[in-house]
Amino acid sequence: MEIKEPIEYEIKSRSGFSLGLRELWDYRELLYFFIWRDIKVRYKQTFLGITWVVLQPLLLMLVFWIVLGDRFGKDLGSIDYRIFMLSGFLLWNIFSSGLNNAGNSMVSNANIIKKIYFPRLIIPVSAIGNAFFDFTIGLFVYITVLIILQTPINLTGVALTVPALILTFTASLGTGSLIAALNVKYRDFRYALPFMIQALMFIAPVFYPLQISTENASILFAFHPMYAPIELFRQHFQDYPIDQTAVMISAGVNLTFLVGGIYIFRKTEHYFADLA
Amino acid sequence: MKPALEIQNISKLYRIRHELKPYLSIRDSISGLFRRNSSVTEDFYALKDVSFDVMPGDTLGIIGKNGAGKSTLLKIISRITPPSSGKIKCRGRIASLLEVGTGFHPELSGRENIYFNGSILGMKKKEIDKNFDAIVDFAGVEKFIDTPLKHYSSGMQLRLAFAVAAFLENEILIIDEVLAVGDAEFQKKCLGKMDEVSKSGRTVLFVSHNISAIKQLCRSAVILNQGEIVGKGNTDECLNQYLISSEERIKNSNGESNLNGKFLKRIQLSSEGNIQNTVTPGESISIELELNTKEIVGEIILGLIIRDEYGQALIGVNNLHYGTNFISAHTNSEKFQMHLKKFPLNKGHFSIDVHIGSGKKDIEVIRDAVYFSVSPGLIKGSSERLNDQLNKLFVDEIEFRKL
Repeated sequence: MEIKEPIEYEIKSRSGFSLGLRELWDYRELLYFFIWRDIKVRYKQTFLGITWVVLQPLLLMLVFWIVLGDRFGKDLGSIDYRIFMLSGFLLWNIFSSGLNNAGNSMVSNANIIKKIYFPRLIIPVSAIGNAFFDFTIGLFVYITVLIILQTPINLTGVALTVPALILTFTASLGTGSLIAALNVKYRDFRYALPFMIQALMFIAPVFYPLQISTENASILFAFHPMYAPIELFRQHFQDYPIDQTAVMISAGVNLTFLVGGIYIFRKTEHYFADLA
Repeated sequence: MKPALEIQNISKLYRIRHELKPYLSIRDSISGLFRRNSSVTEDFYALKDVSFDVMPGDTLGIIGKNGAGKSTLLKIISRITPPSSGKIKCRGRIASLLEVGTGFHPELSGRENIYFNGSILGMKKKEIDKNFDAIVDFAGVEKFIDTPLKHYSSGMQLRLAFAVAAFLENEILIIDEVLAVGDAEFQKKCLGKMDEVSKSGRTVLFVSHNISAIKQLCRSAVILNQGEIVGKGNTDECLNQYLISSEERIKNSNGESNLNGKFLKRIQLSSEGNIQNTVTPGESISIELELNTKEIVGEIILGLIIRDEYGQALIGVNNLHYGTNFISAHTNSEKFQMHLKKFPLNKGHFSIDVHIGSGKKDIEVIRDAVYFSVSPGLIKGSSERLNDQLNKLFVDEIEFRKL
């Protein structure tokens, strides 16, 4: 064993507040292993395996197209409803499965939390990382559908995919870490979460275009943390309108949740082992 | 040389909340949302002002009875839970093994589990790659390395888990009771490996009930009792002191103790009809309990647990095991007795816990209600001595016959 000066640090009752991003970076390999484990475990002992990730969005797209395609297609003008729905669903899926898994992650990993130290934020982040893995596969499906339907693309809008994905990540992490922290103390959130996610879906422009809703409802849309990413992501459609004020409001709400969620998570994480 | 760990005035406080009412109605819990003072809190110190240093390369044993605060101390040092006050200065990476196989997943293969478990314990991927073959070899699971863990026998899982931990390269290792499981041969292998680890210059903190393992591995030791350090220094001295302290308690009592429990008022030990706290194996003993049963409704269950000097439970019995039922008489004082015709334990120091139950629930538990010792000596009614090393327990109902 090589002799080197060992790292020195202190364990104290309470240290000042930090987001702990530096420590998170030090533990990036563990983060990778957490994501890797969850992906590996998820489709063990299934016949179709990873194919499920491809099938789910396609089947859902089919159902929605058959049932609602005619109704909402009119409001979309030149945009194909299948493309509209699939693009919304892909991002929404990151948020909903990210939030759901992150929210339950501290409780489902309680056995590890009680025995080993590592930056706790790794757990919700890895849950979201997992949702991004599904997205990557879904994206190929999406591009294939774009090509098959010969959809015209607005190339400058494609660049907005990057901020869209960043905002999806922050939306999932902010709400996910908030729920994860609260869930450790009050298990009620485990039961409230699926309901909350469903309700959130109906007030986001996932399956139907904003134009069909009333004036009052569209104000509500703007306060949804997922409004901005979904609308930004859709900018690669030709002639897709953008409501800049609404996007700014949504992005603001989004980042507020991020800082607030991580703040509460970091404040309570010391006691997870005692409560979980 | 600077210490690897400087533990300075560590305390850990838990706040226990007692509800004033024995039941909680929905109305109460709803009104409780607005009125937070409907319960009384009691402060409980799991650790009180604990300080000691551990030098690099030292192997330190932490000794204490159940509930002495050993696990809490290890959890604080491994940063799982923060101390309420005090601080610890650490020099070196800490790896804590509070359990073997943390994070093992039954659906993953042996190979995948080695990587995930190693990573959780703080190994870098490069280190795991480097030691992979050695880990598999140490665990002896080459054939099954790509089989899901759920098809492993529990022994194989355990071996794999220990093997991963054995190759940690952290400067400070914290090990809790991991040797309490596994077959004898594997335990030996583990002890050997740990001995090797401690000789390689790394710092090891070791908690175990296995006194012989502590004696074998640790140069120095710390004794905890009710959250406080009651002794530290050389292992042998500490262990002796530990035994002496349980001897002291016996000297200071006479087989009788008045307790101010809510229900249990007095416990008295007698042997061959005399109140005393020394027993010879094979003698009759009686344990008499005086209870205030005014507030006990219906059935009373009396349970007794006999523990050895290390706090290990040896015998646990209650009256139901022997077909006796007690009904509360609702008086200030009721007496109950447990009588053993021939006491089965050999030489040592013991204590008795009393559990008082009613309706399938413990309503009062008193740890170490009375201390006593068993003197080495002749079995009553025989002229032969029992071998102290061999016999912890003397079984009465054995017949030898010539056929």
